[in-house]
Amino acid sequence: MPFTWLVLIILALATAGYVLGRRRALASVRGDARNLHSLPGYYGANVAMWATVPAVGVLLVWLLAQPYFVNTRVFSILPDSVVSQGSSIGLVMSDVRRVADGLDVAIEQGAMTRDQASALDTGVTDVRALLGAAGVALGSDVSADVLFAAQRYRALNGTASAIMTVVVLLIALGGATYACSRSTAGFRARNTVERGILALLIFAASIAILTTIGIVFALLFNTIEFFRLYPAADFFFGTNWAPSFSGRGGASDLGVLPLLWGTFYISFIALLVAVPIGLFSAIYLSEYASNRVRSVAKPLIEILAGIPTIVYGLFALMTVGPLLVSMFGQDTLGWMSGGTAVMTAGLVMGIMLIPFVSSLSDDIINAVPQALRDGSYGLGATQSETIRQVILPAALPGIVGAILLAASRAIGETMIVVLGAGAAARLSLNPFEAMTTITAKIVSQLTGDADFASPEALVAFALGMTLFVLTLGLNVFALYIVRKYREQYD
Amino acid sequence: MTDASITPPSARPKSGLFAPDARTRKRNAAEKRFRLYGMAAVGVGLLFLLFLFTSILRSGLPAFTQTVLDIEFTLTQAQFDTAESKMLKTGEYQNIFVAALQGQLEERGFEVEFDAKAIGRIVGKPGVTIRRYFLENPDRVGTPAGFELAASSRVDGYANGRVTRDTIVDSRFLMTRDLDLVDALREAGIIRGAFNWNFITGKDSGVDNPGGAGIGASVIGSFFMMLVVLFLSLPIGVAASIYLEEFAPKNRWTDVIEVNISNLAAVPSIVFGILGLAVFVQFAGLPQSAPLVGGLVLTLMTLPTIIISTRASLAAVPPSIRDAALGVGASKMQSVFHHVLPLAMPGILTGTIIGLAQALGETAPLLLIGMVGFVAREYPEGFLSGFTDANSAMPAQIYTWASRADPGFYEKAWGGIIILLLFLITMNAIAVVLRRRFERRW
Repeated sequence: MPFTWLVLIILALATAGYVLGRRRALASVRGDARNLHSLPGYYGANVAMWATVPAVGVLLVWLLAQPYFVNTRVFSILPDSVVSQGSSIGLVMSDVRRVADGLDVAIEQGAMTRDQASALDTGVTDVRALLGAAGVALGSDVSADVLFAAQRYRALNGTASAIMTVVVLLIALGGATYACSRSTAGFRARNTVERGILALLIFAASIAILTTIGIVFALLFNTIEFFRLYPAADFFFGTNWAPSFSGRGGASDLGVLPLLWGTFYISFIALLVAVPIGLFSAIYLSEYASNRVRSVAKPLIEILAGIPTIVYGLFALMTVGPLLVSMFGQDTLGWMSGGTAVMTAGLVMGIMLIPFVSSLSDDIINAVPQALRDGSYGLGATQSETIRQVILPAALPGIVGAILLAASRAIGETMIVVLGAGAAARLSLNPFEAMTTITAKIVSQLTGDADFASPEALVAFALGMTLFVLTLGLNVFALYIVRKYREQYD
Repeated sequence: MTDASITPPSARPKSGLFAPDARTRKRNAAEKRFRLYGMAAVGVGLLFLLFLFTSILRSGLPAFTQTVLDIEFTLTQAQFDTAESKMLKTGEYQNIFVAALQGQLEERGFEVEFDAKAIGRIVGKPGVTIRRYFLENPDRVGTPAGFELAASSRVDGYANGRVTRDTIVDSRFLMTRDLDLVDALREAGIIRGAFNWNFITGKDSGVDNPGGAGIGASVIGSFFMMLVVLFLSLPIGVAASIYLEEFAPKNRWTDVIEVNISNLAAVPSIVFGILGLAVFVQFAGLPQSAPLVGGLVLTLMTLPTIIISTRASLAAVPPSIRDAALGVGASKMQSVFHHVLPLAMPGILTGTIIGLAQALGETAPLLLIGMVGFVAREYPEGFLSGFTDANSAMPAQIYTWASRADPGFYEKAWGGIIILLLFLITMNAIAVVLRRRFERRW
């Protein structure tokens, strides 16, 4: 694989450059390192840096640009008739790529030589059968145009890769030579190297920003694409969710309201479970419990937060669901018809959120100054009166923030609702009915067979955007409240 | 003497220290109640934990045992020759097997009527296994040979109590009357439970064979994913934290980065899955279902965790260390890399391990990049192809099993969860030990 080799050669160059640069710097002061500006190693590192960084940079840019360049060139030689026969440009191009990859595989296996591959003619040989024998299955027969384009594609890619190898190696060599020539006693090697390292650190810190930008763009472009195919008003105000699974035609109803309702209903039940239990355990552990009880109970409850959500999902599907059915099902009360329901998912999600609420509230309650407690006790209040009338009001903004953070967790939770809440989108008040959420539908729309360009698949990005905006808003709001509260006592 | 005159209280208190009045009693009762609520809340939380773990263990442990049928018999040369000359060779072996089983049962004093079909429902097709064995080892003909045959998943379920006589429905998989035979075989000691190594080391099976499913291949998939996460998120996370904690000027750009990191930590994991699908798979054209893509997505998810914990441990190194280094002529960069970073390393490693443990259990993003639905039938061929070949991962494999129709897979899903939790517990234990062993108080 030439790419691996290229990277290895650059690394070898860098190592050689390190040794050379160090030696040259030492030679310039006749081996007396005290006369150098920097430690000898810095001269070596400087050369190594010059050998790798520009070369790798060019390599990365080239690798990103090459497919685009080759695709446009190949596309321009394809006659228009090919596209109108086939269903879309993308399909034809992917055919071309498959044929080209197939030819590569065939050459690798020795089924044909390089020259034979570039001289193939659809009139003479059955390319599909030939590639099939080499283990590359093609969906349809290969037309002369596609074959020609594929050969062209291979040729262009081959040339581009060859040029890339030469250019990158030249840049690496040039960089190393340049840096080597500067490795003399007066050169401030350490400052240069440290500037390089600082740039690297800044780049690493910017990855967080790049990730956010990536998320926003990935969601935004596809959401815009979706709204081009499906009216935005119908999406935001539609009360019916019924995607057609054939993926063709406009028969789908993609209203987000039933999903939003399911999401909020399940989150509400989860908070109904998590907030009282979490808050009371936080109060008990921080105000009443002895140190021994606290040191055992707190980590035990926090285990609940470390358990992967898939475990909770399975727990909902196979333990809590059947349990609830046996309590409220057809045989007893008749409220519940299946194990997957809002109640199942909400209950289990509540369990998951207990440690989240309790440890955040714990921190906040502990941050209330002792003086407030002492003042209250001094007036003769009991401990519970102090908690209810002094500590909780003082901690309230922080606790609200904690609850909002837990709510944002609940809204974004996926595995529990995928396994425990059911798949039917409904606007109903009965908590024992199956409902579905935004996250569950993102999963089902993107893991199905639907074509990526269809509104049925693209709607997942619009749903993702809704989810992202919702949770981001909640988080920002919660953090704002928490931060504002902290300023009061610090 | 004081000037204060002692005025007698206008009204004598109705109670003293020893007889509290109604209002005090009420307040004390409220106090007690409130305390009780707190205890109840902690109790309920712990109860949930207990309930969760018992249900995991109860449902998952059977996945580690497998019902096997142990039998030893001698195949004579004459039997071998006749069987090989027949048209239905495996059928003939099956008959020999049934006869041998019948003989062993009678020898131990059990009278059960059964036919070859019942055997087929209990252990699949023993004839194939037996014939293959004797064809490969022709010298064993005529000497006693022992066989350990895996029982079908329904029989497995019966042995584990998942299937009972009341719940069983007669089907081509298992009939009620077969259970008499199973009981007899169990009493005779021919059917017994054995440790299911295949579950730990094996690959995933097809949708109709829960008995043969193993989690081994997806453990390898998870391993490669974790390698990617470790080798990307640790250097990037540490570099970012060093910049933000030690070098960053307090300006708008730094603020933007900090707000970004804290927001990223709270973005739902499924959104990262969408990012992975749109950017890594669709835009960059990386292979779907590959541990490389999963690792990249999980790296982005883990980064905020690692950055937050690394910054905390960098900030915990006292400024005197930095000042001392700067005082003897080190540059800022040297003071950080030679002194601060090594001292902060235990904390950084602890945070990294905890971040990795989180990433190991994450499922939702893997659903979107196609790790679910892929049947991990093969181990990767080599080290490099381990990153790029489609594979499953532990949580994705558990999800796949949980969504299959055959209830035999549910047991496997729970068993998979036990293995996943074992990994998580080990990682967290290492983190705790690291913290205890190397934590320094300045």
